[in-house]
Amino acid sequence: MNAMFIDVQVDAAVAADTALAKKLTEVCPVNIFAQEKDGRLRVVEENLDECVLCELCIQAAPAGSVRVIKLYEQ
Amino acid sequence: MRFYEYEAKALFARHGAPLLRGRLAHTAAEAKTIAAEIGGAVVLKSQVLTGGRMKAGGVKFADTPEQAETAATAILELEINGQKPRGVLVEQRAGVAQEYFAAVTWDGRRKLPVLVFSDMGGIDIEEVAETHPEHVAQVHLSTLVPFSPFKAKEAVAAVGVTGDDLTRLTPIVASLVEVFLRYDLTLAEINPLGKTTDGRFLVLDGHVDLEAEARDKHAKLLTELGIGKEETRQARPPTRFEIRGAEVDASDHRGVAGNVVEFDGDLGLVIGAGGGSLTLFDAIRKHGGRPANYCEIGGNPSVKKACELTKLILSKPGVKKIAVMMNVVSNTRVDIVARGVIKGCVESGRDPADTIAIFRIPGAWEDDGFKILGKYRVEYCDRTVSMFEAARRAVAKMQAA
Ligand code: SF4
Repeated sequence: MNAMFIDVQVDAAVAADTALAKKLTEVCPVNIFAQEKDGRLRVVEENLDECVLCELCIQAAPAGSVRVIKLYEQ
Repeated sequence: MRFYEYEAKALFARHGAPLLRGRLAHTAAEAKTIAAEIGGAVVLKSQVLTGGRMKAGGVKFADTPEQAETAATAILELEINGQKPRGVLVEQRAGVAQEYFAAVTWDGRRKLPVLVFSDMGGIDIEEVAETHPEHVAQVHLSTLVPFSPFKAKEAVAAVGVTGDDLTRLTPIVASLVEVFLRYDLTLAEINPLGKTTDGRFLVLDGHVDLEAEARDKHAKLLTELGIGKEETRQARPPTRFEIRGAEVDASDHRGVAGNVVEFDGDLGLVIGAGGGSLTLFDAIRKHGGRPANYCEIGGNPSVKKACELTKLILSKPGVKKIAVMMNVVSNTRVDIVARGVIKGCVESGRDPADTIAIFRIPGAWEDDGFKILGKYRVEYCDRTVSMFEAARRAVAKMQAA
C-alpha cells in the first residue's frame, strides 16, 4: 500500500551521490533510505509512514535537496 | 503467573513455613504409596489453577491407602472449570481448631504492598471484609524501607490475636511477606492457615502469583520448582486471536502493541498508558459497552505495529467499531498511533471516520495527530475530555449505530 501520511522527495543529484546516499541511510532511524547495488539512493516506499519527522535527513543533505512532506497537511 | 498449590507450598517451605507431610502424585498408584508412607488419614487435592475445587469434587479424604487410590483415580479424571489436573496432592490430614487468612498483594490505589490478615480464614476474604470488617486487618508495607517482622505482628495483633498464638503466627506471616517481596509476587496467600487441635500452626493451602515480567529474573527458582519455560500459566489457553496479538507485538522491538485478551463484545479497544487500559476497559463496561478485547499499547509502537493491531481487532467477527483511547501520553506519539489506526482501518477496507468511534489520546505530537484525524474525519478529543467521558461517547456511538 502507498504511503498515506508522509512523502520524502530527494533531488536527483543527491540520490546519485553515493557518499550522501550512505549518509542518509545511516541517519534515518526508521530505514526510509536504502542504497541500490550501484550505491544510488532509493526511498523505501513501504517505510515512509514510519517517518518520525526528526529531520536528520534534511540536516544531512544540502539545503532543500531532501524534503519531508506531511501529506495530511495538504 | 499462577503457581499450583504444591509449588506454592514448596516455595513457602523454603522459607520455613510449617507444612503437613505430603507430596504430589501423578497416578493413583503413586497416591496410594504416598498415603501409605504418611500413614493414617490423608487429604487428596486436585492440582488445578482454578478455584472451586471443593465444590467440584476435587478434594477428597481417605483413611487408608486403598481409599486414597480410589479417591486419586476420581480426582485425576475430573476436569474442573475446563482444566485437567496436573496431579493430586496427597497430604496428611490434620484436625483443625481454627483457620486464619494471611495474604500479601498490591494495593493499586496506594501503590504499595498490603498485608491482609484475618482470624476468619478458609472462606472468601472479601465476604469477611464486608460482613465482619473487624476481623480483617490491613497493613501497608514500604517498598523503600526494609521489611520488619513487626509489621506482621501488627497485622496479626490487629484482629485480637494475643499471647502464644501471636508469637507463633508472626514468623509465619513475616516469611510470607519476605517471599512476596523477594520473588516479585503479585499475590502470596495462605488460606487457610490452620491452628491444629494439638496447637500447631500449619499452611493448609497456598496461592502464589508471580509477576509475569519477573519470570526471567527468577528463572532459577522456577527451574528448581519444575516450572517449564513454555508454561504460560494463564487462566485458559490463549485463543488464536491472542496468539496473533502476541505475534504482532513481537514483530517489532519498538513499543508495545499487544497483551491482547479476547472478549465477546462488539467494540474493539486500542487502549493503553500505564494502567490506562484497565481504567478504560472498566469505563467502557461501566457505560454499558461490550469490549471485544483488552490490549495495551504504549512506549511508541511503530506505525506498522499499531496498524497490524488495529487490523487484528477489526478482523474479529462482530467488531463494529474501535475506540482508541489512552491517558495523556509522553512516551507515545499521538501522530504515530493516529497513523497506525487509520492505516489499519483503510487496509481492512473500512472508513476510519465510521470505524473509529472515538480517538482520545492527548500528549506528545498531538497537533500532528489531530491534523491526521481531522483529515480522515475521525472524531477525536483532547485532554479536556476525561477518559471516562471518552468511553461514554464511544459506547453512545455504538448504541446509536
Ligand atoms: S525525517 Fe527522520 S525519520 Fe523521516 S525520513 Fe528523515 S531521517 Fe527518516
